[in-house]
Amino acid sequence: MSVKLTNRQVGDVTVVDAEGRITLGDGASTFRDLIKDLVGNGNKKLLVNLGEVSYIDSSGIGELVSGFTTVQNAGGSMKLLNLNKRVKDLLQITKLYTVFEVHDDEAAGVRSFS
Amino acid sequence: MEARAQTWQLASTLDSVDWAEAHVLSIAKKAGFDEDACSDIGISVRESMVNAVVHGNHYSTEKKVNLSVDVSSSTLTMIIEDSGSGLDLSTLPDPLAEENLLRPSGRGLLIIGAFMDEFAVERRAEGGTRMRLVKNRPAA
Repeated sequence: MSVKLTNRQVGDVTVVDAEGRITLGDGASTFRDLIKDLVGNGNKKLLVNLGEVSYIDSSGIGELVSGFTTVQNAGGSMKLLNLNKRVKDLLQITKLYTVFEVHDDEAAGVRSFS
Repeated sequence: MEARAQTWQLASTLDSVDWAEAHVLSIAKKAGFDEDACSDIGISVRESMVNAVVHGNHYSTEKKVNLSVDVSSSTLTMIIEDSGSGLDLSTLPDPLAEENLLRPSGRGLLIIGAFMDEFAVERRAEGGTRMRLVKNRPAA
């Protein structure tokens, strides 16, 4: 199953709910396109919920990084929510845990943008 | 001693990447690897295959990827070979260097090295890159 992405507003924060796989040719470009669209439409506070992401590879990690820089370059910020153990391991291996702000609780994640 | 080796010659497509991952995972499960170890093996095979298909063979219909899997009493060994120009590790940027952390690519080999017990990359004499991945089998 490739990735399924939906987005919703919580105050002025856009929460992106991701579900499925974010891998090369199987969701990575979908994620990139959504982030660009959101930023293009003026959404600059993004909280990406990866709680239902079953699998992510280095291409998917690369798309998270690209999304992060896209939002940052537009003057906003992108944070991550609900990482499973596998994604946490990958972010630690790649040292990206030092780059992304990560939350385990949506309400706290939303408040962190204030 | 390695035994029960299986080999396949695969097209340079993303379907081959999915196929290789699924088949090696099936072999790993039968060999007794637990869920965590299977995840390590699955993503490592995937990253190796992506490297071969995308960066080695550049999706060429003329070039194949060779996959070999050996199950011995103590290890699962996977060999992935492409027919590209050959990877020169000395030219690759360090993905953990501060200045490279925000690069969108270049983390595949790092991930394989973290999840495998042995990992070697070499240029093939006949051209291309050969990756050898070894995961130790759980004690019986």
